[in-house]
Amino acid sequence: MTYLAKPQLRHPSLKVNDLGLTRRDYEGAVSTLCAGCGHDSISAAIVHACFNLDLPPHRIAKLSGIGCSSKTPTYFLGTAHGFNSVHGRMPSVLTGAACANRELIYLGVSGDGDSASIGLGQFAHCLRRGVNMVYIVENNGVYGLTKGQFSATADRGSKDKKGVSNATESIALVGLALELGATFVGRSFSGDKEQLIPLIEAALMHEGAAFLDVISPCVTFNNHEGSTKSFEHVREHEEVLNVLDTLDAFDLLTPQSEITAQYEAGTVQDVLQHDGTTLRLRKLAQEYDVYDRNAAMAYLHERGRAGEIVTGLIYVDPQPVDMHANLGTIPTPLNLLGDEICPGAAALDKINASYR
Amino acid sequence: MPHALERTNDFVVKFANINGSGSASANRLFARTILRMGVPCTPRNIFPSNIQGLPTWYEVRLSDAGYLGARGGAEFVVALNPQSFDQDAASVDPGGYFFFDSSKYVAQSRLRNDVIALPMPLTEICNAQWSEARHRQIFRNVLYVGALAALFDMDLAEAEKLVEEDFRGKAKLIASNVAALRLGNQWARDHFLCPIGLQVKRSTEVGDRIFIDGNTASALGAVWGGATVCAWYPITPSTSIPEMFSRYASKLRVDLETGKNRFAVVQAEDELASIGMVIGAAWNGARTFTATSGPGISLMQEFLGLAYFAEIPAVIFNVQRAGPSTGMPTRTQQSDVLACAYASHGDTKHVLLFPEDPKECFDLGADAFDLADRLQTPVFVLLDLDMGMNERLCDPFTWDDARRYDRGKVVTYEELEAGKAFGRYLDVDGDGITYRTYPGTHPTKGSFFTRGTSRDRYAKYTEDGAAYVDNMERLLKKFETAKKYLPKPIRKDSPTPTRNAAVFYGSTSAAMWEAIDVLAEKGIFLDGLRVRAFPFQDEVVEFVREHDQVFLVEQNRDGQLRSLFLIEHGLSPSKLQSVVHYDGSPITARFIANAIAAKLAPVQVKS
Repeated sequence: MTYLAKPQLRHPSLKVNDLGLTRRDYEGAVSTLCAGCGHDSISAAIVHACFNLDLPPHRIAKLSGIGCSSKTPTYFLGTAHGFNSVHGRMPSVLTGAACANRELIYLGVSGDGDSASIGLGQFAHCLRRGVNMVYIVENNGVYGLTKGQFSATADRGSKDKKGVSNATESIALVGLALELGATFVGRSFSGDKEQLIPLIEAALMHEGAAFLDVISPCVTFNNHEGSTKSFEHVREHEEVLNVLDTLDAFDLLTPQSEITAQYEAGTVQDVLQHDGTTLRLRKLAQEYDVYDRNAAMAYLHERGRAGEIVTGLIYVDPQPVDMHANLGTIPTPLNLLGDEICPGAAALDKINASYR
Repeated sequence: MPHALERTNDFVVKFANINGSGSASANRLFARTILRMGVPCTPRNIFPSNIQGLPTWYEVRLSDAGYLGARGGAEFVVALNPQSFDQDAASVDPGGYFFFDSSKYVAQSRLRNDVIALPMPLTEICNAQWSEARHRQIFRNVLYVGALAALFDMDLAEAEKLVEEDFRGKAKLIASNVAALRLGNQWARDHFLCPIGLQVKRSTEVGDRIFIDGNTASALGAVWGGATVCAWYPITPSTSIPEMFSRYASKLRVDLETGKNRFAVVQAEDELASIGMVIGAAWNGARTFTATSGPGISLMQEFLGLAYFAEIPAVIFNVQRAGPSTGMPTRTQQSDVLACAYASHGDTKHVLLFPEDPKECFDLGADAFDLADRLQTPVFVLLDLDMGMNERLCDPFTWDDARRYDRGKVVTYEELEAGKAFGRYLDVDGDGITYRTYPGTHPTKGSFFTRGTSRDRYAKYTEDGAAYVDNMERLLKKFETAKKYLPKPIRKDSPTPTRNAAVFYGSTSAAMWEAIDVLAEKGIFLDGLRVRAFPFQDEVVEFVREHDQVFLVEQNRDGQLRSLFLIEHGLSPSKLQSVVHYDGSPITARFIANAIAAKLAPVQVKS
């Protein structure tokens, strides 16, 4: 209900994190997306994750391209700077921003139209550069803002609202991300808060290129029978690899109206992160190894052929190398450098002399 | 036989070579030897879009009078490419000299009887002297430099000194190059009547000037101008700007303690990404630039509109080449003026700077970063291939150590904390320029959403027509404000009062000032105005209004700067006459003088 302002009142029992902030402090403007849109659940999950990690909201930079998903940065982290750029080009803008200030946390939000079609090139190159970021694709297999055309992630054989079947092969962004060198790759489902929130938290903690493919059904154009990106289809075909536990997950299972997936816990594995933190993995697919990129690709192919949608933490490199390491830049953010970096007149005289 | 031409320190030598044969460095050695003798000279490399095997020419113009533009014609031609031999023979001015490799038989019929033939069996000499194929090829080039030094009565010691400087620490290379120089020199003395009518005499005209190309100068401008992020994609003729930026930043911008870089250079996947990175970095408060050429500008259009509308500083060096499409990628033009001035869809206008030589590439290159930050908009520095890739004699670069970077209107944490009101698109000062904050400045104040969609003065999304118009009108006001920050035009009036004038910009400048002198000798007088920026300041428009007839001299087909005058200032089209040269070669003084004289001829007859 987009015309209603958000009430400013805070319930006195709202929990406060280490920064003294409540979850409300991580929210943004009221969403203008369709009621029940999967993207709003992802926005809520981002709010939860940032709150849980005690991140100062203003130290996060939110960047997006164009499309329904790219509108969402307005709806979370209201005190953070945001940049709604051009279609398919968020990765380059984010890369430049990351060059300028390595101290901020970069959260790129994109959609399947934005990343898998017009922006496929930039998607590929920001991952191979190892930009320290969380890149979320809110994947609904359809162009929403232009009213229902198939996107490049729509599965072959999936039907549109009029019953027309998609004839072309789909692009698997998770597989591409693995191939291109993303050092953290996960997939989740907007209707699965229990899995999604800790996955976003882990991605935010990862010091390298983290990619999350989040299936996010479009309630208006792609939630019908015959669609492979509908709530029902994803619920029925989801194969959960694992669920992450985080240290501070007290608020994880707040009852919500959205559809929430439930599953049994399996064995536990601790994944030591580069920054010293530990991810605790509740493994549901016991034989699956999150460190093995080749096996991950093979597994995704195999389950994909069976029509299953594998979710969870798919791959993590515990020793990621980020873009700044490759560029050899100083720890100080480049945007803080001022007149002191000018070589000055004496150095210029030497240059002049070398050109005589 | 005609009378052989006799000139001292005022002639053109043209080398015809095959690219990839190592001739470029030998030809450069020839030009630099002349400069070391204190004689101003200007080399121009005319090369194909190819790495090895196609014809390439290198023209060296000597001018004690200091004319650095292309002149046209050649008194002396060095023909070393069998593919272009006949064409090269035909290009010698009557009474000039034709130097060629006579190792293979050349029929007398292929030589002209109105020029002096200077045959030298270069290949034969090399084959006798060196056994390795690579040496034979390389030293053939050095050999002719030695021979030319004898013919022109040049000081061979200056060439030898340059060889020593270039190969410092490599004694073997020095010795072999010096030996080749001396061998060629001696051979010429033994077989030709040295010196010939064309001679190089020591001069003091070079003074303390430096010899550098515009791309390197632009890169240095970016280093001194405080650029910290460079994102780029390789494209001729701009590639050496980011490469030289990397090289100099690696020397001058490295943290001494840690060895870490105080800059970042990212080679992007294409020009869309390079301008995207520039916009992202600038949004985040870094000084940042890209360098490209026409095709890159075409690709950047959408992003440039975003930067204009969202008001993000960006510096774009555009080293123009002949378009449209791939055009002639290694030939020069000034044909992106309109593409840059109105880049992107919707109503846009952009700030353009027009340097004339490497000195201005440095100055305006550095200034561009202040201008972009001050005006919060893209700023284009428009070079061209002729200026960017050729070394040119220019005044040494200077820097005022008291100068401080102008970072424009940026609200700080302290100001926000002190309660300073902030609206990202709120025109507080009435100059159309609003305040911005860098991301991450303050926990609760000063954040805003940057977008290419319409918004109100507080950066809140709106589709309200009045708010949209309000913003677009403010952008116009800002464009007006820009004029006072931009470099003023350079005006030079004829000593004899005249109602005629010439307006020009960029690399046309040197040939144009020379053409004005040439025309004055013929009794045709012109006031000259060199435009250095767009939008045009009042004095530019006034200058046009003051004159009856104004020739707009440019290196494109359609008279693009002329179009800007017509569009922006409604000046009479009949008053503004186009003089255009766009075949991909640098415009020459002879061409300009002839074209203007021809246009004025009927008028002169009438009066």
